[in-house]
Amino acid sequence: MSSADPLASSAVPALEEVPTARSVTRAIAQPRTPLQRLLHWFNNSIVTVIVVLIALLWSIPTFGLFISSFRPAAAIQSSGWWTGLLPPWHFTIANYIQVIQAQGMGRAAINSLIIAIPGTLFPIAIAAFAGYAFAWMKFPGRDWLFLAIVALLVVPIQTALIPDLSLVTAMGITGTYFAIWIAHTAFGLPFAVYLLRNFFGALPADLTESARIDGASHPRIFWNIILPLSMPSLASLFIFQFVWVWNDLLVALIFLGGNPTRAPMTVTIADLVNSFGTNYQVLTSAAFISMALPLLIFFTLQRYFVRGILAGSVKG
Amino acid sequence: MALTVTKRSSVASWSSRVRARWRDASVAWIWIGPAVLLVAAFLFYPMINTIWSSFFNADTTRFVGVANYRQIFTNASMLEVLRNNLLWLVLGTAATVIFGLLIAVLADRVRIESIVKAAIFIPMAISFVSAGVIWKFVYQYAPPGQTQIGLLNAIITRLGFPPQPWLINPAINNFALIAVYVWMWTGFCMVILSAALKSVPEEILEAARVDGAGEISIFFRIIVPMISPTIAVVATTMVINVLKIFDIIYVMTGGDFGTNVVALEYYQQLFTYNDFGLASAFAVLLLLAIVPVMIVNIRRFRVQEARR
Repeated sequence: MSSADPLASSAVPALEEVPTARSVTRAIAQPRTPLQRLLHWFNNSIVTVIVVLIALLWSIPTFGLFISSFRPAAAIQSSGWWTGLLPPWHFTIANYIQVIQAQGMGRAAINSLIIAIPGTLFPIAIAAFAGYAFAWMKFPGRDWLFLAIVALLVVPIQTALIPDLSLVTAMGITGTYFAIWIAHTAFGLPFAVYLLRNFFGALPADLTESARIDGASHPRIFWNIILPLSMPSLASLFIFQFVWVWNDLLVALIFLGGNPTRAPMTVTIADLVNSFGTNYQVLTSAAFISMALPLLIFFTLQRYFVRGILAGSVKG
Repeated sequence: MALTVTKRSSVASWSSRVRARWRDASVAWIWIGPAVLLVAAFLFYPMINTIWSSFFNADTTRFVGVANYRQIFTNASMLEVLRNNLLWLVLGTAATVIFGLLIAVLADRVRIESIVKAAIFIPMAISFVSAGVIWKFVYQYAPPGQTQIGLLNAIITRLGFPPQPWLINPAINNFALIAVYVWMWTGFCMVILSAALKSVPEEILEAARVDGAGEISIFFRIIVPMISPTIAVVATTMVINVLKIFDIIYVMTGGDFGTNVVALEYYQQLFTYNDFGLASAFAVLLLLAIVPVMIVNIRRFRVQEARR
């Protein structure tokens, strides 16, 4: 596998190299006279101020929730969250304790994990096999079949919900985790197949062909050559699918059939919104708990994220 | 003699070729089988089934022709649902793509680019349900004279204006909901468009600057045309996304006060009114709206394949 390493860098769009090349040319093109330099600095400062203002504006709503989640129930309902920023401070973790203990949110968090982990890994695995075949095998109807799957990418899942529900009922698995795993797998497949086939197909053809000539089988090529080279796209797909399944409300509402013992956090929080419309302290901490894991995953894997999407969509 | 030999060998190689092709095809089907089976059963068959049921009555026992569609297009509240979806489609798509592009271009020029981009992108990782809670703290309304705990009303009452019931007033509530969507999805557009921006060669931009082109004309005459394929991809994704919008409205207004959209109306027809036929007709309308997008997608795929 040592020979695959230099190829790894050429197969992945070299994102890091592009900005460096640009900053070099930019440095050469710096204005020279003091007046020009002053103008340049002034323009840059204005842009920086605008950008920072936008970033702050974008963060205010989330920041408001974050502050609120640490305020006492009475304070949340009687004054704006921004007043909590001024002394005297009365921050508390009581809301978090209340949610975890009393509202079944602990159970819901476990349910979310039980749903999201297989709901993410199943479609990625199945799509990886299919993506490999679509990219590197020749068989009749290959392109048409691939096009049909890509076309289904744009079909709203709403059209599929009624028949799928009866299909799941016919299989006798309504309201079970298995039903929602299958649903998330099927709904995630078109995008996953599309992304992975594009990424696999962009890998150099000599790589698989020389391995074929050396007598390597398809499973071997797939496992030893293609998968290790495709980690960025697999990681970005993992982010997409995990965040989608973790944050999903509609599929859970329909396929779990209102079974509260299996409901994920989104369903539980939505119920809280509906039943405790003004009981903010419960909602604030619950919402923040449900955000924590996707944010963590996003920040750990974000390097891969852009690379993976780029391979899928910005090739041309 | 020689002739028969060639013939025999060609027959043999032909049959072995056929056999090899069959073997290749059956191996390929093992690889794509699970994906094709699941997609066919859970997406393709239901699509056909839904189109079929849309021509039947509430419990799909009697053929009613286009009665469901006629009902949608003549009932005032259902027409309002369609009108709202159109508003979402136009505003939601345009705003996310334009803001995403603008922020990508501006952030490209500053040192703290990665921090700014993270701040814009964070809402992507937040569920619609949590976003609904977050935005209640922005839109919360109290009658005039009382303490406003919603940020927006606190600001406008401080400026001397009367507080607004942002989510209830039919003149503004759809815009308030679309703003939440824009807040969530601009980051997605920004990340992809920003990556495309990096691929525009700096030499071209410098050359234009040397020739005296202003930043605004560089943006419209050089940057936008050069990254237009990516803008098309992003806009397509947003169109698909917005057409299916469901969660924000479900959580924030439940579709009341004139904010209902097709996906939510579908859900209500199905689970509140148990009308399979009418629900299916709404789903088919979404499907029809997406057909042009699908055609554009297929065309782009073919162009890409031709270049491969």
